Amino acid sequence: MDSHVQTIDLNAFYGNTAALKNVNLEFPKRQITVIMGPSGCGKTTLLKTINRFLELTDGTRISGKVLIDGENIYAPNVDVTEIRKKAGLLAQRPYPLPMSIYDNVAYGLRIHNMKRGHDLDNAVEHHLREAGLWDEVKDRLRSPATGLSIGQQQRLCLARGLAVEPEMLLGDEPTSALDPISAQRIEQRLLDLKNEYTIVLVTHILRQAKRLADYVVFMYLGEVVECGPAQQVFENPQQERTRAYLEGQF
Amino acid sequence: MNNSKTAWFKTFYNQIRSLLTLSRGGKERFTEKLFLSISLLPVLLIVLLVVALWLRTQPILETQSIWSLLLGQTWHPIKSQFGFLPFIAGTMWVTIVAMVFAVPVCLLSAIYLSEYARASMRMIMKPLLDLLAAIPSVVYGVWGMLAIVPWVQNTFAPFMNKCFSYIPFFAVNNPTGFGIMAGGLVLAVMVAPFIIAITYEVLQAVPTGLRQASLAVGATQWETIKYIVMRQSLPGVIAGVVLGASRALGETMAVLMVVGNVAHMPTSIFDAAYPLPALIANNYGEMLTIPLYDAALMGAALILLLVVLVFNILSTLILRRIVRRSRR
Repeated sequence: MDSHVQTIDLNAFYGNTAALKNVNLEFPKRQITVIMGPSGCGKTTLLKTINRFLELTDGTRISGKVLIDGENIYAPNVDVTEIRKKAGLLAQRPYPLPMSIYDNVAYGLRIHNMKRGHDLDNAVEHHLREAGLWDEVKDRLRSPATGLSIGQQQRLCLARGLAVEPEMLLGDEPTSALDPISAQRIEQRLLDLKNEYTIVLVTHILRQAKRLADYVVFMYLGEVVECGPAQQVFENPQQERTRAYLEGQF
Repeated sequence: MNNSKTAWFKTFYNQIRSLLTLSRGGKERFTEKLFLSISLLPVLLIVLLVVALWLRTQPILETQSIWSLLLGQTWHPIKSQFGFLPFIAGTMWVTIVAMVFAVPVCLLSAIYLSEYARASMRMIMKPLLDLLAAIPSVVYGVWGMLAIVPWVQNTFAPFMNKCFSYIPFFAVNNPTGFGIMAGGLVLAVMVAPFIIAITYEVLQAVPTGLRQASLAVGATQWETIKYIVMRQSLPGVIAGVVLGASRALGETMAVLMVVGNVAHMPTSIFDAAYPLPALIANNYGEMLTIPLYDAALMGAALILLLVVLVFNILSTLILRRIVRRSRR
């Protein structure tokens, strides 16, 4: 397995409460890794350590390492904006920026001075196509993004994330606010995109995990209980707690 | 007359009697009505104030047009010349100077508190800032006279005179230090807590997810504040500034103590001025035997009240819309 992200003895604390306990994991490159577990088990915390979002919350602390392509992103001389640029984020509900559809996608490109003029137009189109939104919005690129349906907004957020050419996509229950059809479209996008991006997905929907996962991490109370290839974990879980969870006991 | 009085008393007596003998449901309805009428009192008071001021302004409006009052530059009550323009201009000058000083500082403070400060820092800073709002106005006035006026007189005005006197607004023709500059500085400190508090609330109403959406594409925190947080909260920030300005417009005591109180058209930020509230406070109750003097002062009060009301209503409407949007 070619690992893209690796955590080494990763611990995370909210105040004095440990949210992650000695997490040692590898996230394979260009595969979908699904993090599952009951609420409060640390799934989202783990996700937030990969793009260094955890430190945005007051009173959080981290020990251990997170390596992306072998480089510790918590090393003192690391530029945190570069780390975040590498990992596109899909949040629990879409947050379109208060600007037009076009500007939403162009936002990251402009921040990083990546493209100008005609190039910018092309890039916006390309990433809107990648997110499966182009045909629906091509005639109203200049209208405010908040006018889109919530499912379209989430795909716009996907396009916005893809625009800065990340290597990874992090999804924090990205379909939980969506209707089933919109959710399905997001899932389809993720399946299409996994050939180019490493995808880490937090979900509490077991069926979604089964549909999407190549690798599965099962967490409970801040610890990794079990991890491995999806088929193996789903069909033949090694741990009693994993089995219980998969059978819907908690 | 007497008859209607007794009738009123009878109704009142019956109300009280029925309250004492009422069922629980009846008492419930009675208390609700009672509380409603009590809370309607302040609303009624505003309407009454406007109407009363309007009526008492009438005598002067019968002798001269509203425009000659508003645009007249001469204030000479004995000759029945009541031009409000110097006072309106004085109010505007002092308020504008105050806002020029207050707005940038308040914006940056609110941004710091909302976006950068840790919770522990916020816990200390917020109550301290709120405390500034509780200091009595006259204390600010004394501080202005003892600290700000001498500083303007001895340090700031000479410096500006030396370096910028060719710019019209900065010429120093008034050597006392009492004037628009001192009034504006004192006012700036006085309105700061309000503007900071409102701006802070408005910034806090911006969803965290929106900030994170910007950070997630690799924007720095400052870029996020500049392009996302400020853009989202701009209407609210403007509302906060307008609300602060309306406080500045009406502030009387502290300004009156440091602003010089000379009824002329100011031409420089170092000139003395005579804002409307100071005009009313200094003169009402004196020399009211002069014909129309009373009506003129009532007119001044009416102008002030209407401007402040409009400012307040506008900003309240904007802020209410923001709160509704952030709850969605």
